[in-house]
Amino acid sequence: MPSIAKPPIRHPALPVNELGLAERDYEGAMSTLCAGCGHDAVTAAIVRALWEVAVPPHMVVKLSGIGCSAKTTAYFLRGAHGFNGVHGRMAPLATGVGAANSDLLLIGISGDGDSLSIGIGHLVHLIRRNLRMIYVIENNGVYGLTKGQLSASADVGSTSSKGTPGVIQPVDPMLLGLSLGATFLARGFSGDKAQLVPILKAATAHRGLALIDVISPCVSFNDHEGSTKSYRFTREHDVQVTTTDFVEPRPELLTAIGPVGITDLTLHDGTRVRARALPEGYDPGDRDAVGAYLREAHDRGEVATGILYVDPSRPTLHELLRVVPRPLAGLPYADLCPGAAELERFGES
Amino acid sequence: MPPTDTTNPDWYHRVVDCQWACPAHTDVPQYIRLIGQGRYADAYLLNRETNVFPGVLGRTCDRPCEPACRRSRVDGTAVAICRLKRVAADLRGELAGRLPRAPERRNGKRVACVGAGPASLSVASDLLPLGYEVVIHERHPLPGGLMRTSIPAFRLPEAVLDEEIRFILDMGAEVRYGSPVASLRRLLAEGYDAVFIGSGAPRGKDLDLPGRAEGGRIHIGLDWLQSVAFGHVTGIGERVLVIGVGNTAMDCCRTARRLGGTDVKVVARRPRAFFKASDWELEDAEEEGIDILTELAPRRFVVEGGRLLGVEFDRLAWDEGARASTVMGSELLPCDDVILAVGQEAAFPWIERDLGVELGRWDLPVVDRTTLQSTLPGVFFGGDAAFGPLNIIWAVEHGHQAAISIDNHCRGVGVDERPAPRVGLRSMDMGLAQWSYHNEYNPSKRQRMEHVAMVRRFAALSVEVELGFAPEQSAREVGRCLNCDIQTVLVPELCIECDACIDVCPVRCLTITAGADEPELRGRLSAPTLHPDEPLFVSTPLPQTGRVMVKDEDLCVHCGLCAERCPTAAWRMERLELSLPRAGGVWSPDPGSAGAGTDPAAHAAAPLPGVAQR
Ligand SMILES: Cc1cc2nc3c(=O)[nH]c(=O)nc-3n(C[C@H](O)[C@H](O)[C@H](O)COP(=O)(O)OP(=O)(O)OC[C@H]3O[C@@H](n4cnc5c(N)ncnc54)[C@H](O)[C@@H]3O)c2cc1C
Ligand SMILES: Cc1ncc(C[n+]2csc(CCOP(=O)(O)OP(=O)(O)O)c2C)c(N)n1
Ligand code: SF4
Ligand code: SF4
Ligand code: SF4
Ligand SMILES: [Mg+2]
Repeated sequence: MPSIAKPPIRHPALPVNELGLAERDYEGAMSTLCAGCGHDAVTAAIVRALWEVAVPPHMVVKLSGIGCSAKTTAYFLRGAHGFNGVHGRMAPLATGVGAANSDLLLIGISGDGDSLSIGIGHLVHLIRRNLRMIYVIENNGVYGLTKGQLSASADVGSTSSKGTPGVIQPVDPMLLGLSLGATFLARGFSGDKAQLVPILKAATAHRGLALIDVISPCVSFNDHEGSTKSYRFTREHDVQVTTTDFVEPRPELLTAIGPVGITDLTLHDGTRVRARALPEGYDPGDRDAVGAYLREAHDRGEVATGILYVDPSRPTLHELLRVVPRPLAGLPYADLCPGAAELERFGES
Repeated sequence: MPPTDTTNPDWYHRVVDCQWACPAHTDVPQYIRLIGQGRYADAYLLNRETNVFPGVLGRTCDRPCEPACRRSRVDGTAVAICRLKRVAADLRGELAGRLPRAPERRNGKRVACVGAGPASLSVASDLLPLGYEVVIHERHPLPGGLMRTSIPAFRLPEAVLDEEIRFILDMGAEVRYGSPVASLRRLLAEGYDAVFIGSGAPRGKDLDLPGRAEGGRIHIGLDWLQSVAFGHVTGIGERVLVIGVGNTAMDCCRTARRLGGTDVKVVARRPRAFFKASDWELEDAEEEGIDILTELAPRRFVVEGGRLLGVEFDRLAWDEGARASTVMGSELLPCDDVILAVGQEAAFPWIERDLGVELGRWDLPVVDRTTLQSTLPGVFFGGDAAFGPLNIIWAVEHGHQAAISIDNHCRGVGVDERPAPRVGLRSMDMGLAQWSYHNEYNPSKRQRMEHVAMVRRFAALSVEVELGFAPEQSAREVGRCLNCDIQTVLVPELCIECDACIDVCPVRCLTITAGADEPELRGRLSAPTLHPDEPLFVSTPLPQTGRVMVKDEDLCVHCGLCAERCPTAAWRMERLELSLPRAGGVWSPDPGSAGAGTDPAAHAAAPLPGVAQR
């Protein structure tokens, strides 16, 4: 436990966003994670991204399951709604919340254990359904909360804190997503906010499921030599496949950036995400090429990061099911439940 | 920017804004913590090591520390450092046996001091414990200098002053009261090993205007206050004009209120923003119903038949910055008494010009700023006598420095060979998320000093106006101190660049970024620079990426969260322990033995400088 909560005193000259809120207004309770946990840096990146895009806190729902990562929803956006479910069940929870109120921005925080071990079945269907939400996997290769057992994302040969190497093939959530028709796939690193914050901001503008795999080292159980999810390994093997400029739909910004050698991905609300491909010819819109690239990169021992794949064209869950545009939660009871007579008429037809 | 050299003794010292600003470098945060622990006597003795008169200064100090205090940058008002000093003095109780004593055997050296003001008394305080024989020559019947003759009893009770002077004199100083030194030549002829001149700046300036020679009740402030202090003057007319608006004017007007003045006005030439008196002194005077009139320049005293009727003033209009003025008209202010408080100066009619003690501009002696030695080796100056009127805390610091010089001089060591200040760092870590200091931020506002009720205030000159802090106030004020001496110390080689410290810092002091020159770095800080004079700490390149850790010291509240959230103990909280040079060695601030005085053994055991010890 930290000795004190973060003092309320603030730097007096920090700016406020369009809503008149300071960045610290997007913070939550004091973290009780281990000092230096990557998850805390992800939390800070989320705080920054949500503040920068000026999301109204009360329009956000924070969702999670169980794990150190799952605890972090308490550490940001104290003014938002939240639901902390059981281990591996964040996806169905989110589906329910999203179905009931499509106006809300859903942010789910999960772990590699939560999403790729116990919860993988639910994740698979969430990706298929393309529910509008930001889904962050804080990926440290271990079950941090239960003291560091290797998880389903641990690489073959990567050692546990006791020195035992992983022997089972790992799940790469990005390749999983590609195979299931995911519409927004990105990988970041907790130690690189310059990259992670724009990715998160782009995710807020995506209208389907934005799945973000964030390498987030577990300082206590998986930051040793021999681990492929340590700070040092990630830094040494990080290949930024794309660098992201998040361009809000403001004309002056759009003209400020030159178009040379850049892939522009225009999202639903007019926001443009510019992914500058670093490896020659990397195209985040080409599903097959991205899949091939990610497999090869992994075999080379590289950690490919950036916005890896975007497909803004696929319909979302609400579109697929032809749900009324007005959030169900806001429909008058009479519209939601047409009554016995109507039911009878329907049955007769 | 090159990496910061934290082994420079000034680096961490500068972070302790109050201690750095204090002429005597009083260990403010440590004594405030001791007060917080109820260790009042320890707090008092720690103060005494550097400022010699905690009870006096806890009421009267000019407090250069307070405008410097980091808290004023963080929430707008400084910690009431001075008032807390008084808390230590008020509550310390008996000091039984904890004050320094002179050794049984003297060292055979004799030092003369001219004047028994704070400067000379500080010299005596440092030299007596080393075995020196100190002979103080004082023209007045009582010791204390202007602390006794000018600072009125309602600001500084006599008993407080008497006791703190006694602590020094009881070590065995010889004071020759009522014996003005009339000739330095004769004093030197008495064969002292060194002479310290702490005779102050005792001459109040006069105003040579038409009417001044025609009689009437026109007083020179400094002399008038002195006459009041010694009981020679006990009353004044009802309508009093005080001319001048410095500290002396404030004491004159408030004293006049107590001696019968009912309509007391202070008249200043310049607009209020340019006054010399401190804000708190002005407020205290106004609280007592004293009018402060501005932009009036005295033109003549209106005296008829030897009786003062009033003073005629030119009404002035000043330009911006109050450099030039134009006369807009005139104004006659009727009065019964005038007190002139327009400045004071040093005067040395008793120093023969052929002795080798050179007097320079404004008849001030030519004195080395560090050694305080005059142009005649063995003759030293300090306090107001050295560089013109300053204040008590400067007089004390001059005393310490002069004592080092005198000690060197008497031992045949060059006065320039001075012991250097030394810094040590002591870990505050007591285990996981546990610190040996209170690291929480106390949002309390600065506590207000209560004053004695107006009706009781004027009953006698000796009724002290400020009541001191109540225990709850003292506790809150202690909590406001940001513990700036508890430093954030980085071991860059250990940093894994996890960002935990960056993210947790409540005031965004920290940044990890690529190395660059200062303007470029300032442009990339996590929070904008508010005070460009506050230094940036820059680390050596960090191991994983070669970037650097940058810390803007400006607003750090020393909460320790950066160190607490650091997984590798790259950030640490370590207390700066500053060992100050003293006559006879280096004094180390160990609160447990505070008051033990200079101890050569402690000196030898003092921690090594800075990070080098790791
Ligand atoms: C009205 C007034 C109010 C002040 N208020 C404050 C305050 O609130 N806080 C603060 O910090 N400072 C204050 N000061 C300034 C402060 O009092 C002086 O800066 C300080 O006392 C200087 O100390 P000193 O030892 O140099 O000289 P002094 O205090 O002036 O002492 C000099 C001593 O030498 C004696 N002396 C002089 N000539 C001879 C001689 N030839 N032979 C023998 N003895 C001699 C004098 O009698 C005197 O006792 C005030 C000053 C005045 C005038
Ligand atoms: C149904 C169920 N099974 C097992 C557990 C025990 N358990 C708690 S957290 C956890 C793994 C968490 O790992 P991950 O999701 O990677 O989160 P991290 O702590 O690494 O952030 C497990 C297995 C549980 N809480 N519930
Ligand atoms: S156990 Fe690992 S994942 Fe959990 S808080 Fe500690 S460092 Fe983070
Ligand atoms: S002690 Fe550390 S965390 Fe606290 S204000 Fe200072 S730099 Fe920031
Ligand atoms: S918390 Fe420690 S290890 Fe992490 S970035 Fe800060 S100094 Fe480096
Ligand atoms: Mg995990």
